[in-house]
Amino acid sequence: MKKLLTGNEAIARGAYEAGCHVATAYPGTPSTEILENVSTYEEIYSEWSTNEKVAMEVAAGASIAGARSLVAMKHVGLNVAADPLYTIAYEGVNGGLVVITADEPGMHSSQNEQDNRLTAVHAKVALMEPSDSQECKDYIKKAFEISEEYDTPVLFKVTTRICHSKSPVELEDRVEVPIREYVKDTKKYIMVPAHSKIKHIQMEEERIPRLQEFSNTTELNKIEWNDRKIGIVTSGASYVHAKEVFGDTASYLKVGFSWPLPDEKFREFAAGVEKIYVIEENEPYMEKHIKAMGIECIGKEVFSVCGEINPQIIREAILGEKPEEGYSMDVIAPSRPPALCAGCPHRGIFYEMSKHKNKIHVTSDIGCYTLGAMEPLNVGDTVICMGAGISAGIGFDRVNRIAGREKKVFGVVGDSTFFHSGMTGLVDAVYNKSNMVTVILDNRITAMTGHQENPGTGKSISGVESPQIDLIALVKAIGIKDENLRVIDPYDMDANKEAVKAAIAAEEPFVIITKQPCALIKDVMKRRANLYSQVNQDKCRKCKTCLRIGCPAISMKDNVVSIDTTMCNGCEVCVQVCPFDAIESFGEEVK
Amino acid sequence: MTKSLLLVGVGGQGTILVSKILSEGLLEEGYDVKMAEIHGMSQRGGSVTTQIRFGEKVYSPTVNKGDADVLVSFEKIEALRYIPMLKKNGTLIINEEEIWPLPVLAGLEEYPEGVMEEIKEKLDHIVSVDARKIAEEIGEPRSANIVMLGLMVKALGIDKIDWVSKIKHFLPERFHEANIKAFERGLSL
Repeated sequence: MKKLLTGNEAIARGAYEAGCHVATAYPGTPSTEILENVSTYEEIYSEWSTNEKVAMEVAAGASIAGARSLVAMKHVGLNVAADPLYTIAYEGVNGGLVVITADEPGMHSSQNEQDNRLTAVHAKVALMEPSDSQECKDYIKKAFEISEEYDTPVLFKVTTRICHSKSPVELEDRVEVPIREYVKDTKKYIMVPAHSKIKHIQMEEERIPRLQEFSNTTELNKIEWNDRKIGIVTSGASYVHAKEVFGDTASYLKVGFSWPLPDEKFREFAAGVEKIYVIEENEPYMEKHIKAMGIECIGKEVFSVCGEINPQIIREAILGEKPEEGYSMDVIAPSRPPALCAGCPHRGIFYEMSKHKNKIHVTSDIGCYTLGAMEPLNVGDTVICMGAGISAGIGFDRVNRIAGREKKVFGVVGDSTFFHSGMTGLVDAVYNKSNMVTVILDNRITAMTGHQENPGTGKSISGVESPQIDLIALVKAIGIKDENLRVIDPYDMDANKEAVKAAIAAEEPFVIITKQPCALIKDVMKRRANLYSQVNQDKCRKCKTCLRIGCPAISMKDNVVSIDTTMCNGCEVCVQVCPFDAIESFGEEVK
Repeated sequence: MTKSLLLVGVGGQGTILVSKILSEGLLEEGYDVKMAEIHGMSQRGGSVTTQIRFGEKVYSPTVNKGDADVLVSFEKIEALRYIPMLKKNGTLIINEEEIWPLPVLAGLEEYPEGVMEEIKEKLDHIVSVDARKIAEEIGEPRSANIVMLGLMVKALGIDKIDWVSKIKHFLPERFHEANIKAFERGLSL
């Protein structure tokens, strides 16, 4: 039976059919739906891990214990998981171990567009790149076999276009693969220098040459001979874009198994075509390798390292064809950046911080609250990566003190991000006597990636009740004193005000925990469905204070301020900031 | 012949659901189908786009500039933003709803006037509708996207496919009646 599946759904289906037993991940666009879909198969133990490093280690442990295991993450997550990856590469596997990296050429929702094929080279792990959903499923099954046959983790690279594109997939049944016996083997699984030295030599002299041979012969690296004037070496989504442009008018070397690269196939292909173009997104990975072999080819001379590739880019780069003249409009559309939702619990504390802009710096982090840096709130000086909201704040605060700047640093982090890699930063802040303020925005969900459970929500990935990690007790255990801790409802503007004021005055590490669930959680939406606020036009003086909180439900049209009551959830932040008591609340909570 | 559709709207308008229904129906009809969506931060009020390509054999899921046979816009200025993706003489199906983006709400930018006039002056093939109003008449404001589906099916001439069963498949039962009505209204416009 054929079904339309996204790449992510197909990967999950492939893991199921391959007899996978353990799957782990930390959510991150565009990879999130992989584990969400895997978790629907009860044959596979699935978990949201605390972060990608933990996810990788859980999967590695499961592999050593004998199970086919899978771990999924977005590209930057692989940086977090790099430590275990580089060493598990030495150890090898017992049950097959597949590591999925979902890269983001074009950065639709990421902070960089690193090309993780280069990680495979550096870590010396086998690398696979499917081109569509059917291949996602087929390759995953193959990846487990390769992992077991060659005793190596397999890095499985997909990109946004593959993860989030649907194409037809033939479904098959699951084949049960029994959990392998675990035999204690300290030389293989305990990486102390004496053992690592042997493993590294084995890797170089045995495993890699075998993988090289496999790469040269496998059908995953496939030559399609057509017209031989143009030969295209390509992989991943670039393959389907190239086929769209050239169809059968060019020959292709489609590289599906891309570390080690298939040297012999490159030579065979080069001997059979007049001119080689290498079409690959981001880094000139294959191109440099081919050129180093002494084979002439054209790649980044005509393609950019930045952004995605699409058929039009290929047409222009190789055929010199400009896009067809379309329509151009004289009226310009205003931008539509993502924004904190109506009723978002982050709004109140961000508005309060925005009033102290000349007294504070704000080191922000990855999550919905990154959007607090957008106009009109405009709160945020830095965003680097998960956890840096706290740790970068420590460094910022230290330099402010050295330079004699009278400014306080507020580090902002979400609940899931705090568990992910914020906790270690807070330990550092206490241990090294930082003077910074940590604001933990506990909205009881991992919101930005589409509502995943996390250690603070009391539920597992499959919705089963789980112990809830107590944020307040944790923060106190780390060493935050009672007088330096505020636990507040961020819908309460007086509480926000007091907390920010006390934090600015504090001379020790200070923590504010805001507690209010994400407005988009189903139960919250149900409970608050009848709540809304409205502008009393008799009292409104058009001072626009309410517009400065950046709520998408509030607008001013024809000099009349109004609130879209279908969007409004009655959070009452606007009610409290209005200096003329012109906004009134209505409705009752649904019990 | 491969056809390229581009659906654009604002997070929460249900463009992705419509794309799913459309793709499944086309697949069942025997077409090769590829659909791509970009929805990273869409739930936070950003633009959402989905691309559907169907035909005998489709390779790339990507619709390029000046390449879309049909552009379906669920909001006025999103149409403006994406019209350069439309083929010359391509068809625009537009929901005349206005959803103000935050910079407009905050008074930093202005929602342009005369959008429809500009579009009507430049384009030859336009189907415009107030889908939200129709959906409200039906009594289910959230079925505006299915009104748009009806319009699309008509414009593409793919009304032989059993869309009603597809709608039923993708929506909870309590929404069936209103959405089937919405679909039929769209189809009849």
